[in-house]
Amino acid sequence: MTGRERLEATFEALRGRREGALVAFVTAGDPALDRLPAVLGALAEGGADIVEIGVPFSDPIADGPVIQASSFRALERGTTPRAILECLSRVDCPVPLLLMGYWNTVLRFGPEEFATRAAEVGVCGTILCDAIPEEMDEWFAVSRRTGLANVLLAAPTSSPQRLDAIARLASGFVYAVSRTGVTGARDEVPAEARRLVSDLRARASTPVCVGFGVSKPEHVGDICRFADGAIVGSRLVAHLHETGDRPDWEASLRTLVAELKAATRA
Amino acid sequence: MVVPASGRFGPYGGRYVPETLVPALDELADEFQRAWADESFQDEFQRLLREYVGRPTPLTDCPRLSEATGLKVSVKREDLCHTGAHKINNAIGQCLLAKRMGKKRVIAETGAGQHGVATATACAAFDLRCEVYMGEEDCARQELNVFRMRLLGAKVIPVSSGTRTLKDALNEAMRDWVTNVRTTHYVIGTAAGPHPYPYMVRQFQSVIGFEAKRQCEERYGQLPDAVVACVGGGSNAIGVFHAFVPEEAVQLVGVEAGGCGLESGKHAAPLNAGSPGVLHGSYSYLMQDEHGQVLPTHSVSAGLDYPGVGAEHSYLKDIGRVRYVSATDDEALSAFQQVSRLEGLIPAFETAHAFAALFQPGLFRKGDRVMVCMSGRGDKDMVAASRLLQL
Repeated sequence: MTGRERLEATFEALRGRREGALVAFVTAGDPALDRLPAVLGALAEGGADIVEIGVPFSDPIADGPVIQASSFRALERGTTPRAILECLSRVDCPVPLLLMGYWNTVLRFGPEEFATRAAEVGVCGTILCDAIPEEMDEWFAVSRRTGLANVLLAAPTSSPQRLDAIARLASGFVYAVSRTGVTGARDEVPAEARRLVSDLRARASTPVCVGFGVSKPEHVGDICRFADGAIVGSRLVAHLHETGDRPDWEASLRTLVAELKAATRA
Repeated sequence: MVVPASGRFGPYGGRYVPETLVPALDELADEFQRAWADESFQDEFQRLLREYVGRPTPLTDCPRLSEATGLKVSVKREDLCHTGAHKINNAIGQCLLAKRMGKKRVIAETGAGQHGVATATACAAFDLRCEVYMGEEDCARQELNVFRMRLLGAKVIPVSSGTRTLKDALNEAMRDWVTNVRTTHYVIGTAAGPHPYPYMVRQFQSVIGFEAKRQCEERYGQLPDAVVACVGGGSNAIGVFHAFVPEEAVQLVGVEAGGCGLESGKHAAPLNAGSPGVLHGSYSYLMQDEHGQVLPTHSVSAGLDYPGVGAEHSYLKDIGRVRYVSATDDEALSAFQQVSRLEGLIPAFETAHAFAALFQPGLFRKGDRVMVCMSGRGDKDMVAASRLLQL
């Protein structure tokens, strides 16, 4: 089964259970990379349906302070794309994994080699925050060839024509950005997120998940009433940073994820 | 190269930005095209350059510097622009555009502070709200400009993330723009960034080269043998080069910041010692490690202390039209003093790198007529210079 097919199966199973997807984001290398397998284990046990693994980049222009700081810590620890892929080759995670990051990382690695290696180690797809459809012909071809899903971002500012292209070209799911802004916890889910999701659903059957600013079970519950899933990033990254050195960190992470997951079933 | 519809100069340029920004970039590209072709916009822009900026700036012959270098040196005096540097040409143009687009808030990044001052100035004149992102380290090295911006009514936001210099000021400005894109125009000060910035900034700055070309023809009856400019992001360089690119007999030289020397790794010379990659929305030469992480830079000059470079410079390098060299901190500081003493012209630290090329062996033939773009004046660097030089 290709990565793309695995994601399709995940969403189909969720639909069958009448649940939304809880998509969890963590930065690879924060905490240290050798703990990533345990982090992924706790996320999956807690109930995350899909996990996005952030590949740290020195200049993350789409990220707010929490993920910036996390990326910076990961880079300080010497985390590299190669080491992340190597680490994932030794992980057998029960839920689909996506790599999330910035185009220069892939470009420098070599797009063909990056996609091939990612598919080999069981990664299901990628999310590149600064890659827009019109610049990505080569990457679309490479990811199709390797079976990787290509999750594209849609924004509240996207024009109807751009939403057409995004809905047509995205695979796995469409990442609906809830608001104009960078990643990071906010107080509420804005009304424009709902509009964006319905605009996308009118265009294609690809699932739509909502992220940016989603931090609480209430947000997840709200979003799952109108979208296929909710993406939680900064909240988990901050939690791991605060609790990662405690002996009970795994249980604590599992509990937080379970609370967020429960909201997808409401 | 005329209008790159795709925003590409050869393979360089393009748009690598969060989706949220794309509609604003489309709007900006369209509006700029319309404005640039619109006679009333051109009239207003030209009037402001004349009456507010003080253009045309003079071309000054430099007999003593000529004698010291064995060249015939003349200087295009962008230091005499209002606010003391070429940055105002672009700031006026983009703030006019912001008004045309109905954006009431303007943000900018700044390194040495000259672009921040220029933007704050234009915003004061056009009644726009102005916020400027500036790395903490640059705020310290250029404290006079921080005060100038505040005096002009702008808010200066110190950036404490990453390297705390120009690169991170740009990151932070981009993040602000992603958040406030509906009400805000981002005035990028250099010829880098996503399309249409490299093209638009070049057009606004191209007045430098067109004026200089006419001045050379009128005064000498011929074009210079060489044109020299410093290159950080590369806006003064592309502005002065543009008119001369089709004149193949004119040698074009861009001078990057060599910092402590290219071999030390402590420099800001991506065209000399970098490789192509994506930073700040554009594909261009970049200082990066084997994993694509952007490397820290070093230069005595805050305005050149940047790991990337404008996309068109990458293209002009690859096709061999412009020769890109570098000058170290020491060479720049030496030229800074020489030009001050020989001609009574105190260049900005950035500009001093361009002058340093005049003293490098093998670049020019004896007796060559060389025109240097004096992108800015050195007043802003007096505090730093007084610490670095024992006079």
